Amino acid sequence: MGKTIVERILSRAGGADAHAGDIVDASVSYVMTNDAVGELTIKAFEELGRGMWDPGRTVVILDHYIPASSPNAARVHALLRRFARNHGAHLFDQTGVCHQIMLEQFVRPGDLVIGTDSHTCTYGGVGAFGTGVGSTDGAAAMATGHLWLKVPETVRIELRGALRPNVSAKDVALHLVGTLGADGATYQALELGGPGADGITTEGRCTICNMAIEAGAKTGIFETGDIAPDPDAVYSRTITVELEVVEPMIAIPYAVDNVRPARDLAGTRIDQAFVGSCTNGRIEDLRAAAAQLAGKHVHPRVRLLVTPASSDVYLQATTEGLIETFIRAGAIVCNPGCSACFGGQGMLDAGEVCIGSHNRNFRGRMGHPDAKVYLASPETVALSAIAGEIVDLTQGGTP
Amino acid sequence: MKSLRGTARVFGDNVDTDIIIPARHLVLPLEEMKAFAMEPVRPGFAAEVVPGDVIVAGRNFGCGSSREQAPAVLRALGIRAIVAESFARIFFRNAINLGIPVLECSGLHGAVTEGDEIEVDPAEGAVRVHYADGSALFEATRLPAFLLEVIRDGGLIAHLRQGGA
Repeated sequence: MGKTIVERILSRAGGADAHAGDIVDASVSYVMTNDAVGELTIKAFEELGRGMWDPGRTVVILDHYIPASSPNAARVHALLRRFARNHGAHLFDQTGVCHQIMLEQFVRPGDLVIGTDSHTCTYGGVGAFGTGVGSTDGAAAMATGHLWLKVPETVRIELRGALRPNVSAKDVALHLVGTLGADGATYQALELGGPGADGITTEGRCTICNMAIEAGAKTGIFETGDIAPDPDAVYSRTITVELEVVEPMIAIPYAVDNVRPARDLAGTRIDQAFVGSCTNGRIEDLRAAAAQLAGKHVHPRVRLLVTPASSDVYLQATTEGLIETFIRAGAIVCNPGCSACFGGQGMLDAGEVCIGSHNRNFRGRMGHPDAKVYLASPETVALSAIAGEIVDLTQGGTP
Repeated sequence: MKSLRGTARVFGDNVDTDIIIPARHLVLPLEEMKAFAMEPVRPGFAAEVVPGDVIVAGRNFGCGSSREQAPAVLRALGIRAIVAESFARIFFRNAINLGIPVLECSGLHGAVTEGDEIEVDPAEGAVRVHYADGSALFEATRLPAFLLEVIRDGGLIAHLRQGGA
């Protein structure tokens, strides 16, 4: 019986022929943890008392509460630094969002990567199997280099055609989550490919895979080079997306699968706009936002926060002059990290409205429970920041 | 494993981990953090809960972030079991790893109101609701034996320390 991409990767990592429904004891390529959950991870690791499997494949990243935003954040940071140094593990101390760092430094096609963060599925953009786990599973993998995984069924997402101008990979991601629903792919993997995939850049692919978890999926992964399914692979179902018909999309509060075309939301007043996160804080995203903002200014009522996903992205944006564009447009450029996505900075008051390029609009995530967050592409966010209200990019963006 | 009896605390569909424990509290010590459980939708929940209570929820309970603080604060408050129409994958695994019985039970959510007495039997995959005038039995998914062992031992770390595979 033929295998899907995840069946191929988990067969190799598990050392046995594996198909959907099988449980494999998989050998992992890397284990990553961060400061949002690191304390529990370290506690579980130390209770286990087995030492570290491979410090060279263990990565500790401080990215959520940075620079330390409270005495407790500082306490957790100190704990994680000590832990990484004591064990000789990799430490990235406030140089970017964990997933961007992992992509820049470690992850290669075909890898199996475990992270104590749900957006570890982002690595499918380069053809790796990334999946999020909790602290206990992360600690067990740090100690043993192994983790038991149930091989998921695969949903094939067949991409056809090409995106129209001003429509981006983020709109495809939102379209998919809206189509699948918040639990539409629970216990399943999304495998993306087809002729339309050729026109989507690696960064765009990472954006789409990043949001696989928002449909409940265990991972999302793009077919790329050798990382391909067998011709007779078996799928639980196939969804075809005609890229020409994808419009600028928005996820409206308080669920990521509550997705509508931007034109239905045009005119919605905003107070804050955010470009950044592991979904859309990469250089292409900053370029897309800067293209809308060049020579313009954000609306006087609106705060625009721009957060590069990593120091490398920040430096590249500086070299290209994008940072100057943002500052001249009136944006606040923040230090690389998770930033406003989960309310690490840029929190909202009751009744305030934010449009952001990130991945979650849950109640209370970005501040007050009665604040509202809309999710969109970086282009849509930037143009909306100028207008002071949500704008349909196909009706007035800079192509 | 014995059956567990407690008071039902009822929640709806898609209760995400940012509701169970908002991100801004994640670096607090657990004993302080637990006071903020369910804060965005039910402030004061932590004060109302009595150790032994059982959460009953709708679809996709625990969706969103992988934060293990979500099941950890519920355990710290004394929540004895969680019964939902369905769970998000990572939360389900985290709860078992912390020794919390999690059961998927179709049809229960609409049949329970806040404060009902509920009896959960993880080993049998059975849930009984006790009303003032009788009771009703619901069939839940039965966890595989090795996961029941993890729960019985008090979570994955305790299970491994006791020599479990």
